[in-house]
Amino acid sequence: MTAPASVRPRRGIDWLMVAAVALMTAAFVRAIYFTPPDRLQGMAQKIFYVHLPSAWVAFLAFGLTAIAGGVWLFIKDPRLDRFAESSAEVGVIFTTGVLVSGPLWGKPIWGAWWVWDARLTLTLFLWFLYLGYLVLRGAVDDRQARARYSAVVGILGALLIPFIHLSVYLFRTQHPTPIVANPTGIQMPAVMITTLFLALGAFTVLYMALVRQRMALAAERDALLDATTAES
Amino acid sequence: MNRPPGLLGAAWLIARKDLAIEFRSRSAFLSALVLSLLSLVIFYFAWDPTAVAAVDVAPGILWVTFTFSGLLGLHRSFGVEAQERAMDALLVAPVARESIFLGKALANFAFVLGVQVVALPALALFYNLPLSVVVGPLALAMLLAAIGLTCVGTLFAGITSNTRMAELLLPVLALPFFVPIVLPAAQVTAKLLAGRPVDESLGWFRILLAFDLVFLYACMLTFPFTLED
Repeated sequence: MTAPASVRPRRGIDWLMVAAVALMTAAFVRAIYFTPPDRLQGMAQKIFYVHLPSAWVAFLAFGLTAIAGGVWLFIKDPRLDRFAESSAEVGVIFTTGVLVSGPLWGKPIWGAWWVWDARLTLTLFLWFLYLGYLVLRGAVDDRQARARYSAVVGILGALLIPFIHLSVYLFRTQHPTPIVANPTGIQMPAVMITTLFLALGAFTVLYMALVRQRMALAAERDALLDATTAES
Repeated sequence: MNRPPGLLGAAWLIARKDLAIEFRSRSAFLSALVLSLLSLVIFYFAWDPTAVAAVDVAPGILWVTFTFSGLLGLHRSFGVEAQERAMDALLVAPVARESIFLGKALANFAFVLGVQVVALPALALFYNLPLSVVVGPLALAMLLAAIGLTCVGTLFAGITSNTRMAELLLPVLALPFFVPIVLPAAQVTAKLLAGRPVDESLGWFRILLAFDLVFLYACMLTFPFTLED
């Protein structure tokens, strides 16, 4: 018996992943060798080329998770649920990257690994929120129920983010003011901006490649489950 | 009764049913109450009264205690429906699914308020707090916090009650959502106990109110999606 088309492993080279790795390499080489160190922060500032793109990808991933979940409630296309699952998982990985790279920069610059600043706290709670989301997914066997619950949690999570941000922002704040999303324009030399945007692009492509692979895995898992339940 | 009750009427009936079950057994309420009193006592022994003033530790103790004893009650609220498949009976009854949410939330709200009404005087007694001067605004903050906690908690209790590890999953999911409630509530408590004027806490009260309005509505709208079709 031949396996259904959706179960057969993908053959050939994953060109999106190849592009992501090439772009990441280019961004890192440029950040390390061809971008001058910051006048005040020295070499520690180079973490920024990992930290900020990771944060961008994390927010992108969670935003798309919430949207995919919300749309699923109306269309019920299993691909949307698989996308939400994959995006949340990749988002958690990148949030972990933000939470690891942030303290590495904070120790030499602020003199402390961690401070309870608004952005740090928000990132930490995003991490908790979507870890909970993944734990919930793991605890529900029924595919429809799993998609329903996680869609609801994803939507409520998106509603929660402004509240966490506002309350911890009023609480206390120490994070540098935004450099890129600054109303007076980007406050950085051009050479650094180019490196930063290269890194942002590379991380975004990496996100897409990872989500695509993770979605293929989820599709194969679902097909396998369908096949085994149909047999028994 | 010949006509099916309306949205609020049905919610009221469901809340009364839940509270009647709770009143007859009293098991969950008593355990939540004892848990909160015990944690007040345990915090006392983790505290150095010569180094930190009572008004400085009290807000933290108060809100940790309420958060955890509240979770205990929330978990129970869908547990009673799991026995004898009572949830199915609720679903086939001619009531809107929003009513089921409102009824459950209302019963949980009464539960949390009940714990607060006993635990707050106990805190004042154990830690010698000047509670009488601030009791009005403090009660308002606790009321607003209880609304937010029960809305979000009821929805998540409904979701997790159908999973394999409900007891563990409910706090994991719900606690991040409690942050924008517990943070303002603890800030208000700290300011009030320190003798600051109420005006200074107005911003925090607004956040609590906004959270309650947004999440009461959002949880009521999304709850029907968590039930089986």
